[in-house]
Amino acid sequence: MNRNEKIDPAIGDTCRVPLLALFGGAALWLVVGLAIELAASLTFHNPSMFADHSWLAYGRLQAAANDAVLYGFCIPAALGVILWVFARLSESELVLPLVPVLAANIWHLGVLVGLVAIFIGDTTGFQWLEFPRGASVLLFSAYMLIAISAMATFGARRERKLQPAHWFLLAALVWFPWIYTTANIFLVAWPVRGVAQAVIDWWFTNNLIFVWFALVGLGLAFYFLPKFAGRPLHNPDLALFGFVTFILFSTWCGIPQGAPVPAWLPAASTFASVLMLIPIFSLLTVFARTVTGPSLTGTKPQCKGGPFCYIKFGTTAFILATLMLLPLGCPHFGSWAGITWYVQAQSSLQILGFFTIVICGAIYELMPSVMGMEWPFPKFVRFQHWAFMAGAVLLVLMLAIGGLAQGMNDYNFQSALPFLRFSTLGLFLLLLGSLMFAANIFVMTIKWNLALAKGFIAIVRPPVKLQEVKS
Amino acid sequence: MTSSCRIFLVSFIALGLSWGGFVLAPMEQLGTQKQTDVLNSSQTYPLQRTGDATLGLQVYRRYGCAACHTTQLQQGGVSCDVVVTGMGKNPTAVSNLLSSLSLKNLDKDDAQSASDQITGAGGKTEIHIIPTGGDVARGWGARRSVSEDFLWDYPVQLGSLRMGPDLANVGGRLGSFSWQLLHLYAPQAAAKDSAMPPFRFMFLVQKIGATPSPDALQLPAGFGPPSGFEVVPSNAARNLAAYLLSLHADVPLHDAPFTMAAAAPAPTAQAKK
Repeated sequence: MNRNEKIDPAIGDTCRVPLLALFGGAALWLVVGLAIELAASLTFHNPSMFADHSWLAYGRLQAAANDAVLYGFCIPAALGVILWVFARLSESELVLPLVPVLAANIWHLGVLVGLVAIFIGDTTGFQWLEFPRGASVLLFSAYMLIAISAMATFGARRERKLQPAHWFLLAALVWFPWIYTTANIFLVAWPVRGVAQAVIDWWFTNNLIFVWFALVGLGLAFYFLPKFAGRPLHNPDLALFGFVTFILFSTWCGIPQGAPVPAWLPAASTFASVLMLIPIFSLLTVFARTVTGPSLTGTKPQCKGGPFCYIKFGTTAFILATLMLLPLGCPHFGSWAGITWYVQAQSSLQILGFFTIVICGAIYELMPSVMGMEWPFPKFVRFQHWAFMAGAVLLVLMLAIGGLAQGMNDYNFQSALPFLRFSTLGLFLLLLGSLMFAANIFVMTIKWNLALAKGFIAIVRPPVKLQEVKS
Repeated sequence: MTSSCRIFLVSFIALGLSWGGFVLAPMEQLGTQKQTDVLNSSQTYPLQRTGDATLGLQVYRRYGCAACHTTQLQQGGVSCDVVVTGMGKNPTAVSNLLSSLSLKNLDKDDAQSASDQITGAGGKTEIHIIPTGGDVARGWGARRSVSEDFLWDYPVQLGSLRMGPDLANVGGRLGSFSWQLLHLYAPQAAAKDSAMPPFRFMFLVQKIGATPSPDALQLPAGFGPPSGFEVVPSNAARNLAAYLLSLHADVPLHDAPFTMAAAAPAPTAQAKK
């Protein structure tokens, strides 16, 4: 972002504590989630490694790792960035700043409860919705509190015209409560009968990991990219067309081909997958033309491993992840590849390659102006970019190739094993990157606290001791 | 177009449509499903699982078994064989006809027309339905999984990844209780190339008392506990094994018909893969 741009200091003042609360916990969960994922991956090297510890069973590690990254990092960090973007676009301070602070603590408590529940076996058994109902209630109430603050900030905006980022982020705000309550009510609280459970879980998963992520990630990309590139968003009408067609079609993807359900369900997904080409190419055009077009400021924007790189790479990963997803809608390919590691590769690209990188880039961009200080380890920003890029590419390629190899060889595990072992390296790089991210966030928090304490001491203790002058 | 009301309206319409399609409609169609009849039989399907198997489903959930195993079989389609069961009153005409007709691997219409011709000439026929596709050829099951298979399960865990083999019919192909327990304790002892993690924490290693426990596992050399000790399954392990044995998808249903006689028993060596 242009450092000379004038930012209302009230935005930073009101956002500081809520964002630290959301991002601090999120950074911790990202490290925890990737570490658990790495531990799960070690099972490929030695299957009997954790054979004597029930809480380290592979199924538990896998579920805990997925949920720690998804619920622990992706959603709260994204909500924090949304709060700041809404305040910036409204040119107003954050309304009700204490509410998101409270909500951040409730949210991270909910994630802790959910992860402990998975480790002791109290999971719901539904993929991507493993947290038991106690944790879900905490997450849902925290989300609603943050949404209230975000909507109040949106309502207080001075510029009434909506920006493209607004469309995506507003849609995302209503999306999550709807899908999360639906899934929890019909799967956990009052479960429906038979495979209808599986259908609802697929609907929820698709709407969260594909649609919600895309809405938030693209909304943020369409906010930040024009600033980095120094030119307005290319063709907002096309972006609007892409947005509307995206939410109309993407929600119908996600039913696996060959699942034991009535044939019209996977057929609807096939149809939607074909139609998805329309929004994807519209959005790709907007993205590519915005990034490559000539800058209005005259200087060619450089990314140099900074936030611009993060968001460019992340958006590219989104396009690639979608192009990996759409073939799963083909009846033949989808029915055999849809039950291999190819699916995990796709969701890893979506979560780690696209969403996590976009969010990290946004955080790296906005925190210095919010905190009024530079990052403590500026080099880590560039290192993390390379670690995440290499890690995500390695992980996704290995899982995808391993999955396809296994699927073509009678689902024989041995044909996937070498690739799965290599994928551990990708996870290691990702973990390394997340540690750098956490180090930056935590040291920044500590520095800020120290500065606060210094200021406080300075007030309590006057710098010059007053002495009565005796003559 | 771009006021906030309109954005909300479009979002509600888009999400509402798919909610109607993928939540409400399946609840109406599948959530009210009832037991069905086994084809050509008076049995109903599915029956409720036994008590220990129902508990075993929860063990399956607690340890996240669905992270590596699916319980959904697929099939490519069906092929039909026409089997002549009687030559009738005019055997010459029927055998002349048979020499000009192909009777194996037909689609439904061809099988019906071949059958009609033979019946017209006076012979008697049966049409056998044979499911095709990788899962059936591998011997993992006789037919594809259908929604009725999961009617009584909560949670339904179809799984999304076949790191290990599919389990939809594991009770049909590996139907020994002691083999299942052995495989849980030491997978490599039961299936040589297995990459499954052992679930040793579900078993107790205890000193052999005055009389050895009747439940103790019979372990092959190299997998056993130190001498003087025995390995006894916990309730969780027994329930899980009971659940695995209760997984059967081997009766013909209206949604997934096949002819029982034509489904040759899968060779055990292949099934154990």
